[in-house]
Amino acid sequence: MNIKITKYYYGDIPEEKSAGSTYQSAQDATTWPLWEIFIRSKQGLDHKHVGSLHAADAAMAMENARDVYTRRQEGVSIWVVESKYITASNPEEAGELYEPAVDKIYRHPTFYILPDEVNYM
Amino acid sequence: MGIIMENRLTNFILSIADTTLILAQRNAEWCGHGPILEQDIAITNISLDLLGQSRNFYQYAAQIIGNNATEDSLAYLRTEREFKNLLLVEQPNGDWGQTILRQYLFSQYQYLLFEQLQNNADEQLAAICTKALKEIKYHVRWSSEWVVRLGDGTAESKERMLNAIDELWSYTGEMFIPAEYEKEMGIDFNALQNNWSAKVKALFTEATLSVPENIYMQSGGKQGIHTEHLGLILTELQYVQRAYPNSQW
Repeated sequence: MNIKITKYYYGDIPEEKSAGSTYQSAQDATTWPLWEIFIRSKQGLDHKHVGSLHAADAAMAMENARDVYTRRQEGVSIWVVESKYITASNPEEAGELYEPAVDKIYRHPTFYILPDEVNYM
Repeated sequence: MGIIMENRLTNFILSIADTTLILAQRNAEWCGHGPILEQDIAITNISLDLLGQSRNFYQYAAQIIGNNATEDSLAYLRTEREFKNLLLVEQPNGDWGQTILRQYLFSQYQYLLFEQLQNNADEQLAAICTKALKEIKYHVRWSSEWVVRLGDGTAESKERMLNAIDELWSYTGEMFIPAEYEKEMGIDFNALQNNWSAKVKALFTEATLSVPENIYMQSGGKQGIHTEHLGLILTELQYVQRAYPNSQW
């Protein structure tokens, strides 16, 4: 774990951190892996992806997620997963992946006449 | 309630209000300067929790004092010698290690103290403490993890934690020496100290740090005798009310 910590005293903003500097604070962040955060807003609902953050490990990711994403009462449950474990589909393959479904409307159950009682199906 | 008892209760409530306010102000100094965005948010969150707690105590104190006292007049118009906060919380932020160690040493104490106070004979005091306990439990958890992370981390992080212990340890003894106004508040200071010491020792062991022994302990904060840092904090904290009396948002 390689964390850069700078010592500050009261009222002391070092020059490299002050406005207009070219110092990249993001460099510190890149030494910690990225985590994807999923929050369940209410019991009974699904966890939804809300964003990502940096953390050294799962325990820290959990606490960061609590502080960053639930401080305005957004959730009752948190999942964290390291971003590298998510396999994403390639946007360039959208054609072969999704378009074949467009003209197959018979895959939707819209050709049945449903009794009134089940109209919310 | 007799006048002496009432004065004691007021002073006791003010001492907790001052301690939480000053630590809130110290932690707020990190806003925009945290080592990483997520931790910047975490420490300022804790600052806001403490500020909320201090408001509850100031409001209650103002209610007992009467005489047009308000939470604002108590926070913004009292002088350094009237503040009764612990010396520990007015100490400079130092580096991240020093900030999180100060948070841990205080939060662990505050948790055990409030656990006792939630059964206090004064129902309003008990209710305020009960409400704060959930927040404090999280502060203990968050700061504990950091103590272990840095204590048992790299050679540099350990060095910084050892420095932080050197800087702060002499301000911890005061927590367990009851001030005159604390003596009849139904607090078992021996139990408080024993439980705190056991918790700190267990955590330090996990963090491969050791608890200093035979250190001279500073005191005076509870009586209004402070280190040089409090004056500087109040200068900034009270500036607007002093420069523009009675100004409102």
